[in-house]
Parts: sequence; C-alpha cells; structure tokens
Amino acid sequence: MTLPMRTLRRAGTLAGLCLAVTAAPSLAQEGEPIKIGVLEDQSGDFAAATNVKVHAIELAASEINDAGGIDGRPVELVIYDTQSDNRRYQEFMRRVLQADQVDVVFAGFSSASREAYRPIVNQFDGLAFYNNQYEGGVCDANMIVTGAVPEQQFSTLIPWMMEEYGPNVYTIAADYNFGQISAEWVRQIVEEEGGTMVGEEFIPLGVSQFSQTIQNIQASEADFVVTLLVGAAQASYYEQANASDVNLPMASSVNVGQGYEHKRFTPPSLADMYVTTNYIEEIDSPASNDFVERFRAMFPDEPYINQEAANSYIAMNLYKQLVERAGTTDHDALREVIAEGDVCFDGPSGNVCLDPQSQHMSHTIFLAHVNEDHSIDFPQTWENIEPYWLGDEGCDLTQNDPSAQYTPSNPPNQ
Amino acid sequence: MALFQTAFAMLYQFGDAFAFLVISCAGLAVIFGMMGVINLAHGEFIMCGAYVTATVAREGLPLVVAIIAGAVVAGLVGMVIERLVIRHLYHRPLDSIIATWGISLIATQGVLIVLGSTMAGIGTPLGAVTIGGDSYSAYRLVLMVAAIALLAALYLLFYRTRFGVVARATIQKPDMARALGVDTGRMYGLTFGLGAALAGLAGGLYAPTMTMVPTMGATFIVESFVTVVVGGADIFVGAAPAAAILALIRATLTAWYGQLFGQIGLLVAVIVVIRILPGGLSAWLKRGSR
Repeated sequence: MTLPMRTLRRAGTLAGLCLAVTAAPSLAQEGEPIKIGVLEDQSGDFAAATNVKVHAIELAASEINDAGGIDGRPVELVIYDTQSDNRRYQEFMRRVLQADQVDVVFAGFSSASREAYRPIVNQFDGLAFYNNQYEGGVCDANMIVTGAVPEQQFSTLIPWMMEEYGPNVYTIAADYNFGQISAEWVRQIVEEEGGTMVGEEFIPLGVSQFSQTIQNIQASEADFVVTLLVGAAQASYYEQANASDVNLPMASSVNVGQGYEHKRFTPPSLADMYVTTNYIEEIDSPASNDFVERFRAMFPDEPYINQEAANSYIAMNLYKQLVERAGTTDHDALREVIAEGDVCFDGPSGNVCLDPQSQHMSHTIFLAHVNEDHSIDFPQTWENIEPYWLGDEGCDLTQNDPSAQYTPSNPPNQ
Repeated sequence: MALFQTAFAMLYQFGDAFAFLVISCAGLAVIFGMMGVINLAHGEFIMCGAYVTATVAREGLPLVVAIIAGAVVAGLVGMVIERLVIRHLYHRPLDSIIATWGISLIATQGVLIVLGSTMAGIGTPLGAVTIGGDSYSAYRLVLMVAAIALLAALYLLFYRTRFGVVARATIQKPDMARALGVDTGRMYGLTFGLGAALAGLAGGLYAPTMTMVPTMGATFIVESFVTVVVGGADIFVGAAPAAAILALIRATLTAWYGQLFGQIGLLVAVIVVIRILPGGLSAWLKRGSR
C-alpha cells in the first residue's frame, strides 16, 4: 500500500514540477506552506514608516519561494493592517495565532504595540520577530528582535555628538515607553560622559504644534538636541524649529532611518541631523545597492527603503535558515539552533548574527549625517556591535525565560 | 529689556495657541453653530485643503493663491457632500454624526491608497525674525494676523451682508424664512460649503508648517472640538472668547509644565465648562446680556 502511494506522490511532484516550468512558479514546492503572519501599520499615524516593512517581507517571500521555499515548503504570508492601533495588534495577534495557525509572526512598529501583543504571543507560546529599532531590554524567549537597541545606537551616537558639539544636551521625546526609556538611556550616557542635561521634554503622541518647546530649547543653551519624536504628527517639529531659526545640531535613533524626514521636508529643515542606523538606502555598498535595485524592481514606487525594511528582510532570511537547520518549525528546535550561536546572515547591512542570550541581533552601525541640501553622508561607522547590554546584565534565554522588559534603572539581575 | 523679552515670548505663545484654535475651529463652528450638524469629517476637509495647497504651491504659484485654492476646493467638495449626504440627515443629528464619520474614514483611507502614505512638504516661508534676542518664525506671526482677520471677515459676512442676514434668518426661523421666499435648501448648502472652505483654509494656512500625511486632519480635531464645545453655538460670542481662554490655559501650562499638561489643561477646561455651562460660553454670555 505504501509503495503505490509513494509512487503516486512522486508522480504528483513531477507533474507539479512540469506545471511549474510552464506556468506558475508557486506550484513548484511540495509540502504544506509555511505560514507567516505579518502585522504592520499600513494605515494611520505610523504608515509612512511601516508600509515599506510589508513590502520588504513580500520581497523576501518572493525570493525565497522562487529559490524553492524554506526546506522545500513555500512561504505563505498572512497580512493584516494594524492601523497604528494597539488594540488591532491584540485582535490580529490572537487571530493569526489561533485562527490562521501561523508558524511565526512578524509584528510591530511602536514599542507600545509590541508590549500590547507580547503577552498574547506568550499566552499561545508563539514566535514573533520584532523588526524594529527600539529602547531595548526585552528578554523573552518568544521574541526575536532584529532591530537595533540603545547600546548600538546611543552608546555610539551620544559620545560622538558630545565630542563634536559640546556637553549640554536637550532631549525631546515621544511620551510613551519608547521615548521615556530611550531618554533614560540618553540621560545615563550623558552623565557617564560628564555632560549636562539642560532640558528634557516629553511630547504626547499626535501633538503637532511645537512653539513653546522650541522656545524652551532656544532659552536652554543646549549644544545639541536629541530628537526622539515618533509618528507623522510629531515630525512637524523640524519644519517649525527651522522656521524659528533654532539652528542646533540634532541627534536621533529614530529619524531619517525610519520616517525619511530628509526626503519629506524642505531643505534645510533637517540639516545637521545625526542618526545612528543599521541601514538606510543611501548606504553605498555592493550589498546595499543590490538590495535597493531588487526592491525597486518589485516596488518601483517605494518612497524610501528604511532601516526597518532591511531588518524585516533580514528576519525572513534568518527564519529560513533557522527552519532549514532545525528541519522543523517547532519553536524549541529553532531556539536550539539559535543557542549554537552562529546564526548569521550577510544581507543589505553587512553581516549580522543572532545573540543566543538575548535573541537580539548584532549590527554594523552607520552614523548618517543630513547635509544642508538633505543629502546624506556617513562621517563614522561602528563595525559589528553586539547587543550586549541584556546579556551583561543577566538575561540568558538559553537558561531561563523571564518574558520581561528591563531598563537601565530596572536591570534583570536586581 | 529682559522683561520685554519675556512678555513678548508669552504673548507670542498665547497668540500662537489662539491662532491655532481659531483657525482650526472656524469651519466646525460655522457648520455646528448655523446648522446643528456635528461634522466629524472636519479634519478631512482640513487635510483636503492642505493637500491642494501643497500641490498648487509646488506648481510654482504663490502660496497665497495656493491657500485660497485649497479653501475653494475644500468648499466645493463640502457642497457636493452636503448635496449627496448631509441634506438627507438634517433632522437626524445622530445619523449625521455617523455619516460624517464614515466620510472621514473613506477620505483618510482613500487618500492613503491613491496618493500614498506621505506627501513632500512645501517648507515654511518668510524665515525667522529676532525680537529681543529670541528668534521667532515670521510665518507664525502671519498666522496670528490671519486668525484675527478671519474673525473680522466672518463677522462682516454674517452681520453686514445680505447673505449673512438670510443665513441667520434660515437658522433662526426656517419656516418664516421660507415663507418670505428664501431658498433654505440652497442656504444650507452654501453654509456647509462655507464651513468646509474654512476647514480647507485652516489646512492651507498650516500646510507649510506640518507633516503632510492622510491622517494630518486628526491633529486638529481635538483642539477644534474642544473650542466649539467650550464656546457653544455662536462663533463670535462663543468660539472666539473660548479660543482666547483656552489659548491662555494652554500656553501657560505648556510653558510651566510641558506639552502634556497643556493638553490636560485643555481637556479639563472642557469638562468643567460642560458641567457648569452646558450651552457653552455663548449661551452664558447671551443670557448675561439680556
């Protein structure tokens, strides 16, 4: 009984292959598809920065499928628009994990949305990739983070800025977990480096009028301003600050690399903005140029290929490698592969590796500088920076899983 | 000199907040005050005005022309929507809230799909002026003048022209106005169009200073509704003084405690006013004058 069945299946595969040659390539793979849930903000306040992440995932999926899928299984994307709304993340995370039964989820832009869906991923023991730079500190075995974290973005940026422009720092940050914790990192690094925080202001999301903030900055004698502003509304700051002649250099972990403000605003409103990012499309390397070319071939109208697009693309390829090495999509088996410590991918931003202790990713960090005409140059590059903070402070996901988020004032080994 | 500098800084912040409140609420106040329609698509008329202004300005026309174009297009769109949707819901205020909310969702998502998630800005003109050592955006001073001019123009329109008399007659006694030969349907259409055009004007005036995205109207919504609720039905004895009081609260709190408290202050003011003066400032001021 088994023999004829096998013959039959082989015949089916052959027929499929023939079909694949003549018609649709998606029929070429055998076996059940691997389902990947994609929850990103395709509308609402964050859409400008996150539509491109969905496209990056679609690009990676089509490349992977064209090359024979993951371990011979085709990739099937289950995409939902989370509308920049934390409640939608919770609804759709339940839906992809329970109803759609996906193998893995790629989800989230804002840290508020990540913290909204993370308990649900834990509840159903799912696996989620968070492909976004953020304030750091998530020690959770159900999460793999490919975005850059403060030890990669602030430990490089802030000392460089203080060296270049002076010790007096003014921070304006979005008033939610990302901005609050990032500002805490900035404060700590400024103090360690012997500088002074001359001001710190938190701006509620959705605020678009900055006259008073601008006046406070002008009165403060700051040497540079750290702008940790998030969302389309808050991006109005640059135009308004420029119109009031603030003329101070700016430093950021989120601007340019996510919201491509240098493309959206009229020069010179972003002049002398410095951003630490692990990827933006202006990076002139063969791998980056090749990535941009393939991206624009599939999405010719893409306004900008940002760092989270690269991270999403890298995440797809890391997942492919994990499944192929484990021979299964089972999460424990995947984490055993991560624990081997050599899960790396040579992608658009150079070679990156997953750290087994924190399940975060190493990055080469580029310092992007916006010129008067809004062109970009890169005065400095920091090669291959490990996401070391969580591991140094005692998070080790190969040993135990606290499923918690830590901050400098609330480290894991307390 | 230092005193002058501080005084001017405070006045500037007050004027900036006042201009934002007046300009963003004028359209909403006209439509609500004159017609009793709560227009939840107000923010999308603002977005429409801003997008048209940016497009026309990028064609190389002067900004003033572009802003007027933004207001005119938003007004025409408003009149079409009044014909197709609002007209059928005049005696069903709750239904008109749902309908305008639906229009706002369709407009935001439609613009996102057709024009993409962002639009390049046009830059703030006029540069900065230095007064007493501090530098200020000259364009924002223009916005303050624009807010005053807007109030003056609306006053002249409603109290010194034939359109204004007929419009007020239509609102106060529609049956009598009809009996005297007023085409009240046409008046409603024109008034709604005027409200939409004022929203478009707000979008046009603020377009050079803001991020151009399909959801940009939402950043005006809270402020404009707060002003109209505090002010009540009449734009002159209601919305204008309400804007002044709210601007004072906002500018003071923002200066002392930051943006968050500015916003909290605004919302607390509404709660207090609704509790004490359910008809808003205008009902209270009018009662006082009788």
